[in-house]
Amino acid sequence: MSTPGDVARQVMWNRLISVVEEQAQALVRTAFSTSVREAGDLSAGVYDDRGLMMAQAVTGTPGHVNAMAESVGHFIRRIGRENMFEGDVYITNNPWEGTGHLHDITVVTPAFRQGRLVGFFACTAHVVDVGGRGFGADGASVYEEGIHIPIMKLAERGTMNATLIAMVRGNVREADQVVGDIHALATCNGIGLRRLAEMMDEFAMADLSDIAAYIFENSRRATLERIAALPRESAASEMVIDGFATPITLRVALEVRQDRILCDFAGTSGTDPRGINVPLVYTKAYACYALKCAVAPEIPNNAASLAPFEVTAPEHSIVNAVHPAPVALRHVIGHMIPDAVFGALDLILPGVVPAEGAGSLCNFQVSLRPVVAGQGARAEVLTFNSGGAGARPAFDGLNATAFPSGVMTMPIEATEHTGPVIIWRKELRPDSAGAGQYRGGLGQVMEVGAAEGYQFDFSAMFDRVGHPARGRRGGAGGAPTTIARSDGTAMQGKGRQAVPPGKRVLLAFPGGGGYGDPEARDKALIRRDLARGYISAEAAQADYGMGADEVGEVLDAVARGEWTE
Amino acid sequence: MTGSRVRLGVDIGGTFTDVVLDMPSGMVSTKVLTTHGAPEDGILVGLKQVCAKADIEPGAIDQIIHGTTLATNALIERRGAKTALITTEGFRDVIEMRTESRFEQYDLNLVLPEPLLPRQSRFTVAGRIDAQGRELVPMDRGEIAAVVDAIAAAGYRSVAVGLIHSYLNPEHERLVREVLAERLPEASVSLSSDVSPQMREYERFNTTVANAYIKPLMHSYLMRLKGRLAEEGTGCPVFLMHSGGGIISLESAAEFPVRLVESGPAGGAVFAADLARRHRLDRVLSFDMGGTTAKICLIRGGTPKTARVFEVARSYRFKKGSGMPISIPVIDMVEIGAGGGSLAHTDALRQIRVGPESAGSEPGPACYGRGGERPAVTDADLVLGKLDPAEFAGGSFTLDRAASEQALTAYLGDAIGGDAETLAFGVAEVVDETMANAARVHAVENGEDLADYTMIAFGGAAPLHAARLCEKLGIARMLVPQGAGVGSAIGFLKAPFSFEATRSVYMRLSAFDGGAVRDLLTDLQAEATAFVRTCDAEAPIEAEFKAHMRYAGQGWEVPVILSPEDAADPDPERLRALFEDVYARLFDRTVEGMDVEVTVWAVDARTPVAAIEPVCPCPEGGIARADGTRALFDQAQGRRNSAAILRRETLEPGQGADGPAVITEAETTVIVPASRRARALPDGTIELTPKEDRA
Repeated sequence: MSTPGDVARQVMWNRLISVVEEQAQALVRTAFSTSVREAGDLSAGVYDDRGLMMAQAVTGTPGHVNAMAESVGHFIRRIGRENMFEGDVYITNNPWEGTGHLHDITVVTPAFRQGRLVGFFACTAHVVDVGGRGFGADGASVYEEGIHIPIMKLAERGTMNATLIAMVRGNVREADQVVGDIHALATCNGIGLRRLAEMMDEFAMADLSDIAAYIFENSRRATLERIAALPRESAASEMVIDGFATPITLRVALEVRQDRILCDFAGTSGTDPRGINVPLVYTKAYACYALKCAVAPEIPNNAASLAPFEVTAPEHSIVNAVHPAPVALRHVIGHMIPDAVFGALDLILPGVVPAEGAGSLCNFQVSLRPVVAGQGARAEVLTFNSGGAGARPAFDGLNATAFPSGVMTMPIEATEHTGPVIIWRKELRPDSAGAGQYRGGLGQVMEVGAAEGYQFDFSAMFDRVGHPARGRRGGAGGAPTTIARSDGTAMQGKGRQAVPPGKRVLLAFPGGGGYGDPEARDKALIRRDLARGYISAEAAQADYGMGADEVGEVLDAVARGEWTE
Repeated sequence: MTGSRVRLGVDIGGTFTDVVLDMPSGMVSTKVLTTHGAPEDGILVGLKQVCAKADIEPGAIDQIIHGTTLATNALIERRGAKTALITTEGFRDVIEMRTESRFEQYDLNLVLPEPLLPRQSRFTVAGRIDAQGRELVPMDRGEIAAVVDAIAAAGYRSVAVGLIHSYLNPEHERLVREVLAERLPEASVSLSSDVSPQMREYERFNTTVANAYIKPLMHSYLMRLKGRLAEEGTGCPVFLMHSGGGIISLESAAEFPVRLVESGPAGGAVFAADLARRHRLDRVLSFDMGGTTAKICLIRGGTPKTARVFEVARSYRFKKGSGMPISIPVIDMVEIGAGGGSLAHTDALRQIRVGPESAGSEPGPACYGRGGERPAVTDADLVLGKLDPAEFAGGSFTLDRAASEQALTAYLGDAIGGDAETLAFGVAEVVDETMANAARVHAVENGEDLADYTMIAFGGAAPLHAARLCEKLGIARMLVPQGAGVGSAIGFLKAPFSFEATRSVYMRLSAFDGGAVRDLLTDLQAEATAFVRTCDAEAPIEAEFKAHMRYAGQGWEVPVILSPEDAADPDPERLRALFEDVYARLFDRTVEGMDVEVTVWAVDARTPVAAIEPVCPCPEGGIARADGTRALFDQAQGRRNSAAILRRETLEPGQGADGPAVITEAETTVIVPASRRARALPDGTIELTPKEDRA
């Protein structure tokens, strides 16, 4: 039964969501790293006084969802409520108490009302460098991966911690960008505080307990309704991916119960010697994201809507790495988790989840330096790129679009302003999509070099080199990742590799798997794909059985300008 | 732009073409149906009507100012010309790959909008400019010729040219234009370095492609219009309202038609800005709510806020990111799917949601009795007593309250519970909160605090909801102007001639070259002024200087206004101080020890805005006589009251009434909640203020 009081609470809930959206927007506007300001690798949320997440901005990073949600609890425990004051700002980049690797800095700000602690704002962003070996897979322990900032105060009663800032400045490459981003994170929470105070004035709220209870009760009920409607079954599935030196098996067992879904990773490979291990918080985030997309997509993220998804993994497995395992590239494995979860979920809930896709973002970092020492500055340039997504039960996969990550790519014009790097090519990769009744998404090709007078090390962060995306229900697999130097020298999918002056790196990112039998594909769509050059004449004939005459007709029509779609 | 001439304002909308004739003796207006096949026909019908009403010959019109949704609609409906893109080798798919992200994170079946041009219409040529504007790889004329020949063979009518880093160095794009002129002279050509010389290839290329795509259509329409007007004896100059709220020549509009996107709503913002100046209001929130969408815009110092990127044709519930970015100077508005026809439903959380789906005019809200079964905002307004069923749209038809109640109960009752009135209350609160949130986010993005703003409400549905928005936003004063129904067309007549010349020249304050900046600003001023001079041979021309600045390493700039003195003698310390002042206002802090850089320099030249007649302070005129009472639900109090009914046309200046009250007129109703009082001002504007603030 709806009452005027419930209407007011619904309004307050929407307001909180708009407060965190504003908070996130302030971070984008003031950030320095292209990863934050162009690509949106950030998150922002508001918490009640117990540290339970009430609302989260919809930004590019599902990986931060649970991770940041749990993080605030660690801050409360480590700082202690009695040591929290108005004007304080807290910080960490601890992979296990933050969001999974040292490159993510989390900032938490307590919110006070009339001297009383009423809640918290938290935000997280990926910074361009934290020192150590540089962003890449090469560390043998987290100690090699950069500076660690344990949970501590970034500001106390309004005064910035100058010692910490000096320590950060002294330990990172691109110090201006990193310190600038730390300021931006504090600004972001500050905007949240401003708006929350206005909201509490308007609705004459003394604290957040009533609205928190309303949000949690409604979200829990809605999520449980969705889960209760599922078949009460169990299923398990495996997916093998590249890893660093040896392939990795991700094994997922799902069990749907009346009031929860259990997701367990027993049987998954152990911790890897290199920096591709995943702290459990990050595993939980992506497993939970996959389940939520399929089961309860429109219910906002908060402590209650996330609680019914229980994710477990054995300690020392690659998806529950323990300190001091190296974790810098936890995303490469973490982004594969949704495909692994979908494999099992498809057995319980057929016709809902997509085929496998590129999964991991196709990121790389280049470390540039002048060929002659002293003639030019060093620079660190990070880019985010995407392969193709898996085909869906009733739609083609998305071309060169991130899934499960939701970050944006950086404009290459912005990237080239951050250092002497030249992006020579960045476009769709024909014939990379798995054939099917519904085609996978196309991957993309890139070509990267240094400006004249510079050379670079290339830190690769790619998977699906030896284990491309698999199709579903008769759909074909996507094309694998390839990487090589312009002189023909082969390169590895992961790790830091030197590129001599004048040479470029040629990259082809993977396509998504197809869904359903290619023979069932709509003929008009096959002709359209050929006209657009998504598939070559050879592929049209080999994968879809198009006749040579028809291929010729389509290509002639394109040349005459008769294909307009 | 003098007041003694006869001028015609024309706004072509999706349904109606509004025509306003402005003469020294007063204004005459009409609304005629838009004639989609040949929009100029509708204009001529309207023109003849107003001329007849005013008893003048069409030849007596001195100037026509025109705004239109035709450009926007051609983009939304994909009705443009057969267009090709020539771009840098290696970057064929920039407009298709977009940002490589999904604008809706949790929808596994998300479909991205198709790019304006399919892949086979995008051609590449070798050649490369670097991030400093230097040539890395030269272009080969022969290779360009081969591409142009292929384009010619395929019969493309319009060609967009977008090359990497051309905003820094346009030479390669110009070479392509030369070859096009030689080998395909009949094609219409758009260069990205002309249309939108800004960094970020996706936005720039997309804007250029959009321009090329609608150019043949808009060029042909504008030339036909000019011809038809001349045939009818109206040979006067025709100008176009652009999306930035200024006016450009018909020829310039035909060259850069993408600048006409959203020119109608821009006219509405100019209309509100004019009222703001007449009432001497420094900070105004304009709120324009029609049948399908609501538009919100900030107006400071009598000038609407502007921005440099706009998103057109949002395909997914108006969601940010689901449309196409167009980077042109625009009046910075948020448009959300919340209008009188917006439909209410419930979501998985059993909460009420409103819009963006709209009932339109057919079938319309349930109360129209034209077959609409689902509850719309208008149905909620009717049940709450905001509308009189017998007097909607000037009494042209009667609204069916029982149908509204039935629709609310049938579609929302199961999930929400409660009677029709409680459900209507929920719908009204949700739509008002949605609009208030949009206004709030928009204010934050602009670093503004709405508490000291005045709201100006126009468009048919706005006066029903505006006072509740004011309560939610903490806005004290609200104005409902006269002529709100044809606000955009009136706005066209109030707009100055203007042109913004911009140049991307990166400069750090630590390596500042004052002489170069002075020369650059002088050039930009000359360019912008010369352009405005072609529109108006006599009027004085003012210039505003702007530097878009940021901490070196940031990606987003804040605009910093420079005085003419600053422009004549640019000083880095002064620029830093101006920047940090703006930055601290927006974000509460500055960043110590960081270098500051300028990315874009701009000069906006404009004729002075139309002279205004300030509205005199108005003495209290007593209590207006009520024409009966009706029950009116008050959303702030959560209960029903008895409200006085006032007729707008009978109100004398100064007369007013305490809420709860409703003020009725043919086109709309002004709702005065219990917290407010209303009175009429000398210019016919209705003013609402909180009761406790009564002086």
